[in-house]
Amino acid sequence: MSEAAQLRGRAEALAAPLPPLLAAAEHLAATVLLGSHGRRRAGVGDEFWQYRPAHGGDEARFIDWRRSGRSDAHYVREREWQAAQSIVIWVDRSQSMRFASTGRLPAKADRAAMLAMALSVLLIRGGERVGLSGTGLPPRSGEVQLMRLAATLSEAGEGDDYGAPEVRGMLPQSRALYVSDFLGDPAPVEAALTRAADRGVKGALLQVLDPQEEAFPFDGRTIFESIGGTIRHETLKAGDLRNRYIERLKERKARLSMLARTTGWQFHTHHTDDAPSSALLWLYGAMERVH
Amino acid sequence: MWTVGPLGFTAPLLLVAMVALPILWLILRAVPPAPVRRRFPGVALLLGLSDDETQTDRTPWWLLLLRMLAVAAVIIAFAGPVLNPQDERQGAGPLLILLDGTWADARDWPRRQDRVEALLDEASRAGRTAAVLSLTDLPAEGAPFQAAASWLSQLAGVRPQAWAPDAEAVADWAEGLDGDFDTFWMSDGLARPSRADLLAALEAHGEVVVFEDPRPVLGLAPARFDDGAIVVSAVRSAAEGSQAAEVVAHGLDPQGTPRDLSRVSLEFAEGESEAEVRLSLPAELRNRITRFELAGIRSAGAVALTDDALRRREVALIAATADREGLELLSPTHYIEQALEPTADLITGAIDDVLLANPDVVVLADVARVDASGALLDWVEEGGLLLRFAGPRLAASEVSRADEDPLLPVRLRAGGRSVGGAMSWGEPKALRPFDEDSPFHGLVVPEEVRVNAQVMAQPDPSLAERVIASLADGTPLVTRKRVGEGQVVLFHVTANAEWSTLPLSGLFVEMLERLAVSTRPSQPSADELVGTTWTVDQVLTAFGEVEEAGTRPGVPGETLAEAEPGPETPPGLYAGEDRRIALNVIHDETELAQAAWPERITVEGLEVLRERPLKGWFLAAALALLMLDILASLWLSGRLRGSTATAALALAIVPGLDGAAHAAVAGQAAVWAPSASLLLVSALLIRVPVMAAALAIVAALAPPAAAQDDEAIEATSEVVLAHVITGDAHVDQVAEAGLRGLSRTLFSRTSVEPAEPIAVDLENDELAFYPMLYWPVTADQPKPSDEAYDKLNRYLRTGGLILFDTRDADVAGFGGATPAGRRLQALAAPLDIPPLEPLPSDHVLTRSFYLLQAFPGRHVGRDVWVEAAPPDAELVDGMPFRNLNDNVTPVVIGGNDWAAAWAIDERGGPMFPVGRGYAGERQREIAMRFGVNLIMHVLTGNYKSDQVHVPALLDRLGQ
Repeated sequence: MSEAAQLRGRAEALAAPLPPLLAAAEHLAATVLLGSHGRRRAGVGDEFWQYRPAHGGDEARFIDWRRSGRSDAHYVREREWQAAQSIVIWVDRSQSMRFASTGRLPAKADRAAMLAMALSVLLIRGGERVGLSGTGLPPRSGEVQLMRLAATLSEAGEGDDYGAPEVRGMLPQSRALYVSDFLGDPAPVEAALTRAADRGVKGALLQVLDPQEEAFPFDGRTIFESIGGTIRHETLKAGDLRNRYIERLKERKARLSMLARTTGWQFHTHHTDDAPSSALLWLYGAMERVH
Repeated sequence: MWTVGPLGFTAPLLLVAMVALPILWLILRAVPPAPVRRRFPGVALLLGLSDDETQTDRTPWWLLLLRMLAVAAVIIAFAGPVLNPQDERQGAGPLLILLDGTWADARDWPRRQDRVEALLDEASRAGRTAAVLSLTDLPAEGAPFQAAASWLSQLAGVRPQAWAPDAEAVADWAEGLDGDFDTFWMSDGLARPSRADLLAALEAHGEVVVFEDPRPVLGLAPARFDDGAIVVSAVRSAAEGSQAAEVVAHGLDPQGTPRDLSRVSLEFAEGESEAEVRLSLPAELRNRITRFELAGIRSAGAVALTDDALRRREVALIAATADREGLELLSPTHYIEQALEPTADLITGAIDDVLLANPDVVVLADVARVDASGALLDWVEEGGLLLRFAGPRLAASEVSRADEDPLLPVRLRAGGRSVGGAMSWGEPKALRPFDEDSPFHGLVVPEEVRVNAQVMAQPDPSLAERVIASLADGTPLVTRKRVGEGQVVLFHVTANAEWSTLPLSGLFVEMLERLAVSTRPSQPSADELVGTTWTVDQVLTAFGEVEEAGTRPGVPGETLAEAEPGPETPPGLYAGEDRRIALNVIHDETELAQAAWPERITVEGLEVLRERPLKGWFLAAALALLMLDILASLWLSGRLRGSTATAALALAIVPGLDGAAHAAVAGQAAVWAPSASLLLVSALLIRVPVMAAALAIVAALAPPAAAQDDEAIEATSEVVLAHVITGDAHVDQVAEAGLRGLSRTLFSRTSVEPAEPIAVDLENDELAFYPMLYWPVTADQPKPSDEAYDKLNRYLRTGGLILFDTRDADVAGFGGATPAGRRLQALAAPLDIPPLEPLPSDHVLTRSFYLLQAFPGRHVGRDVWVEAAPPDAELVDGMPFRNLNDNVTPVVIGGNDWAAAWAIDERGGPMFPVGRGYAGERQREIAMRFGVNLIMHVLTGNYKSDQVHVPALLDRLGQ
């Protein structure tokens, strides 16, 4: 066996543990330039945050004598708050997420997994703990967690037509991200969200939609079936339904948005034909804004 | 075969299948389009939505109709539809196909030929013998019956003639016929007296069927002149309904190209068989008309050739003195004006003005000496007719006494003579009848014409042949001399009634006509043409085309005047000595009438109806309908979107169209879409290389012209300095570098911003684009060609400037012994160079930009020569400058090698050293300034020599 072939064999073995999803997510995450990731508030940590004048109650050992020696007042050196947060991500892996209108667009599930993974990369690099809800993958930090996340997200989805988020394994005061098309029955989503909000969990809802679901470009006599085939609807003139469908979709979005606002969450719709990086930026911002 | 109107069916029973259509309608109607199954996650949102309209789930009616039509087309196609199914004509025995073969046939000759061809086809299928004859081209005897098929090949040789059949010849021929035969008579539709007899003769031999075009025959009568306008009239054979026609006047334009000179439309009123239209044209245009035509009719009858009758000659009248007021009848030109006015355009004025109008005739009434005799002689030599009348002044003058004046036909004896007056013996003299060779031969001399006085011709050897009319005693009355193309004619009497009664007689007018001074009013009578011979110059074919006649025997004038068009006198343009007469098919009295046939004769039209199987068309239509159905079904079921739509459309339409085309070509059988596409592809493949080849040819031809244009654009879009290519590479290089240096200097110092200099090849390049040419003179420079000198002279005349530089510091003085100087003299000799002088100190070149007094180049030479100041330029007191030339000097000549002083190399540094040290640099600077001044002078002209600038200049000069 030649040298080159051996090298190739070893390289493939080395690359195998890194799931393709992780690679794509890393690539996407690279577009969000982090700089030093911090909480931008005083707290427990190693990094210097600011000097502030000492006041009553500050222990003497907190006083930074070097700084205080340069002026008459005493100063306390504050460090940046670096406590790690737990983030629980739920990605809808039901059948409806496997829809892609054309071959050029990714399936909604793929896009959702990639966004979730990219966010995980960013958060874990920032020192947070990331886990998946309901699948026995509690929030942990570190690169190994990334591998686990990627492996889990790459697994085949569930058999249900529409998915519902799980609240199990969600720590109080943590943060959460729900990624789904939210086209199914909204009641479980509402229930999950309110329960999460009860536990003080805040987070974001990301609705991933295919452009066809937004535009409804159908005409003529059509039988619509859900991906799993459990629901079907027949119409003679699909074109006539367009406006009413769009109206209903709008209502669904408004409902989700309303729900998010009352619980202090955030809501965003992402289309699979849009650039994923814009959605990632929004997600990242949403995770930041939770506080 | 079963026929419905013009349609016949070969298999009509198949049409019964049409009964199935309504059943098919019901079946198809009940079957709605199949639904599409779509996987769609948004279906959850759709639940509970019902269709607004309870639309029937049946096929829409129009789609059904489309399908029905397609099926119907297929059924009809297989029933074998045929358009115009032909029935066979009955009959046996020999067949005579008789054509009139006149000009009236010519307009639809191809249709007649087609008809005859169809008849011959039939005859040959029926095994009949046939003969095809034209009445204008009859065989000596009988009818040559042959196998019908053999006539097919001879048919092309049967041509119509531009005249009507000769009644006698036709009658003779008809008598000579024998045997039984049927006759098909292709009539031209015009009534003729000979028709009835011939018909009777033919009916004696068998059945006669007449083929005739019911459309009326149109004819155009010769145009005539009436009240200053041309009247064109047309006749038609049927006076029914109103009809419009367009008359086109053809003629040669000034370049000699045949053109439509004018168009006018003509309207036959209801019930009228004649129509007239008046056409008012300028004399110049009118004289150019060679024929009138009825537009769009190919027939000799629709063409009217014009002759001299339309030509109004331009006659210039020049009398000796201004008219004496109140003595109209004594005016030298009164009678001539009266004689010519109806038929000619008269011009009066000074002789040199009149000649500019290029008249046909100049009449000099008692004018002895002509001012512009040279110009007049030239005009005569180019074909003019100079008509002179004698009179007291001519008699008294010394013109043509000893030597023959070129503008007089004979030498004249002093004084003239007077006969029959109070102081003389003898009777006033009458005229002798005209000789055979006189142009007046045949004119009747009235008894009352008497001559009292005349000028006498000297008896010279050439006198006899120049006399064209004489008195009873033999003294010449009218003499004529040919000069070049033209002639000089002298009436030895006055143009008024002082010396003779000739101007009072009708003979005078006729003589003028014969001399072609005036033109005859209309169709000449036989009497007028007695004694003349005419040859046909251009003949008119039956199709109305004018052809050169070739050589043909002459026709006596009296015959021509009476002639009807015929084989001996074909219609056309006949030329006499000085005149032309047109013989047209239609003349003023011609009336056209429709041929009337007895009731018993069958009259058929000319239309040949050909069988046309329509199966292919119907199948193609069915295919196209099915394609449409595909599209419609797709659209209806919502499957027609985006790129699928265009692809489907293309697929449906291309084979559809092409299939139709293919069906039209083949006219048979079904067409497959694949084969049609193949056809299309192959057609494309064939076309592409042809196009490519054409493009390649165009591309190959284009560059030279484009390159020239590019050069012109480059030279004119910016100011460009140019130098002449001398052939010496070094000199040319220096010249270019010098001009580049000068251009840079101009660019940086002035508002003149020249582009890169251009080298000019005097032989090939256009000079007009360049304001200035720098021409370094080398001792061995080749001399430019004459064309180049023409260009240079044009350049100098139109404001160009050439800077000649001998580059030798003029060591020998200008024009001296240096080789370059001598060469310059040789080169400049053919140029239009004005007188020169050394550049004066107040020349505008000294102040057009910089104030300069020296003009050094690389050498500090002596004088620089420019156009000399006008001799009357004087220095006014108090003015520093004379008011000098008002334009740019065309040349500046010197030897200071300016280009070398201006020259810069690629890095912008000076190319050659000038002088030494600082003084040298100063010299280069002055040389540069001279260049700037020169260009400023070229571009602004005398602007700086305007006195307006004097105060500012004085101020600058410190005066």
